[in-house]
Amino acid sequence: MKDYLLVFRADFSLMPNRTPEEMQAMSKRWMDWIGSIAAQNKLAGVGNRLEGTGRVLKGDSTITNGPYAEIKESIGGYSIVKADSYEAAIELAKGCPILKQGGNVEVREISEN
Amino acid sequence: MELIPHLFRTEYRKIIAVLCKRFGFDEIETAEDIASDTFMSATQTWGLQGIPEHPVAWLYTVAKNKARNFLHRQATFNNKVIPETALRENASTLPEYEIDLSPQNIIDSQLQMMFAICHPSIAPEAQIGLSLRILCGFGIEEIADAFLTKKETINKRLYRAKEKLREENIPIALPGMAEIDDRLAIVLATLYLLFSEGYYSISNNRTVRKELCFEAMRLCYMLVENKHTNKPPVNALLSLMCFHASRFEARLNRNGEMILYEEQDTTLWDADLISKGGYFLNQSATGTQLSRYHLEAAIAYWNTQKDDTKEKWENILQLYNQLLQIEYAPIAALNRTFALSKANGKEEAIIEAEKLNLTNNHFYYTLLGELYTGIDNTKAKQHFEKALSLAKTLTDKQTIEKKIDKI
Amino acid sequence: MDEYMLLLRHEDGSKIASPEQMQVWMKQTMDWIGTISAKGKFVKGTGLLFEGSKVVRWHGVVTDGPFGEIKETLGGQMIVKADSFEEAVEFAKGCPVLQGEGNSVEVRKIAKDDGVH
Repeated sequence: MKDYLLVFRADFSLMPNRTPEEMQAMSKRWMDWIGSIAAQNKLAGVGNRLEGTGRVLKGDSTITNGPYAEIKESIGGYSIVKADSYEAAIELAKGCPILKQGGNVEVREISEN
Repeated sequence: MELIPHLFRTEYRKIIAVLCKRFGFDEIETAEDIASDTFMSATQTWGLQGIPEHPVAWLYTVAKNKARNFLHRQATFNNKVIPETALRENASTLPEYEIDLSPQNIIDSQLQMMFAICHPSIAPEAQIGLSLRILCGFGIEEIADAFLTKKETINKRLYRAKEKLREENIPIALPGMAEIDDRLAIVLATLYLLFSEGYYSISNNRTVRKELCFEAMRLCYMLVENKHTNKPPVNALLSLMCFHASRFEARLNRNGEMILYEEQDTTLWDADLISKGGYFLNQSATGTQLSRYHLEAAIAYWNTQKDDTKEKWENILQLYNQLLQIEYAPIAALNRTFALSKANGKEEAIIEAEKLNLTNNHFYYTLLGELYTGIDNTKAKQHFEKALSLAKTLTDKQTIEKKIDKI
Repeated sequence: MDEYMLLLRHEDGSKIASPEQMQVWMKQTMDWIGTISAKGKFVKGTGLLFEGSKVVRWHGVVTDGPFGEIKETLGGQMIVKADSFEEAVEFAKGCPVLQGEGNSVEVRKIAKDDGVH
């Protein structure tokens, strides 16, 4: 079993404003998905959701309001799962609700050391 | 309960906690001997002279005298020579040999013992044994009965645990503020195990099982009563125990066999315990800490609502989703999937269930059988039959057979 | 009718006895005394506590004890009325203490204050 990092990305600027009911339903989908991974005993770390705002520091010591302005997608959050292979990790990632919102999930194996 | 067993159950643990606290773990056997001897003296004297008017006070007086004598003898041995004063005065009445069996000292000593016994260096199984013996005053036979094992095994286990208490030089004291939360977590884990031992044990001795549960609740209540240990997870655990215990009468039939939740007679549910559970659940809702006990207590609360509402199952599902993130357990995964079938529908639940892959667990196949019932009865039957082949107890087999018959 | 003293001696049984067993012993003792009382032959009985006990020795030396010197403990005494040693011994035979291996009941006739004994 290895650990894989799942990074959730989406262009959040395109997301429509939601009613409280829609937000509730969205939150439930995330909870059910994480619960599903946990029920398979494959959740290594629930991770975090990230705020939409951020700062980016560059080598020339400039600081810009981020996240990266040049790309539309930003990281909305991450979780860590346990899986035997990339295929198995991808299987877990397939249920991620962000995929239905036009977002994507990057799957990265975490090196052991 | 008859007088001596009753007093043994309520007073032995108090005497032993106070004496242990006073003597230290080096003399734990002495403390046990003095406590047992006290009851032996009572047996003889009361037999010949009748029961005294205040039996508890009588026991305390005798225990104090026995303890004083021990301390005096120990001091004599340590000093090699008997001090002059000890010869002239009656040494065993000197204040330094006084044993404090006041209610406050009894409670303080018991709480301190609880933390000493539930110490990270003591194995969980041994913690439970020691708790039953020293904090609950259970006889070796009763402990053996509860664990479905031999007296010799329990004796050995307790002996090793006591050796460990000595080797590690574990203090009999409440931990400081810095470590109280970590230490409390271990105490709670042991109380939880103690309760589960009674609630889910395969022992058919119903009395012992019930007493295990109530002892766990009593110890938990002692933690709630003390201002240093009255923390949210403690209240949550007590709430959980109250909710579970409220179904004690309803969940077992006359032969001590399990009655399934759906088939329980709700008039046998203890309304008083349910309301106590609600009270402690509210008390637990302070601070930001969300422990597994909070989640389990909330699930247990919803289980006291017999009606199959959407709201109930959605709440239970989300609680299991969170619980599994804190700590995975196969039974929680199965229960989560059952709640999912009620909240989101059977189709989704079947897909989820098949991912669980708990192929050694008959509950897993029972769940699959239930989910397929009405959707694909052939598959349902196959799963139930697989469950039947894995089930070990007669009750489990009968339950599954009934389900097969229904299809 | 003479009075006899029964001295109950027993080995330490507290380590093996369960509270339920203790309850049984206590009840048996009470029943035993009840039987003797029913015949009008019971005078009195007392338990003898071990703790705080002293031994006063020759030359007035007082020690705690007796500890470790004797195997059996004097646990109680009672006085019964009986017409003969035989009858007193019959009473003693019913004593529950005798169920324990190594335990004993010593029967002694109490001297009368009549100048003869």
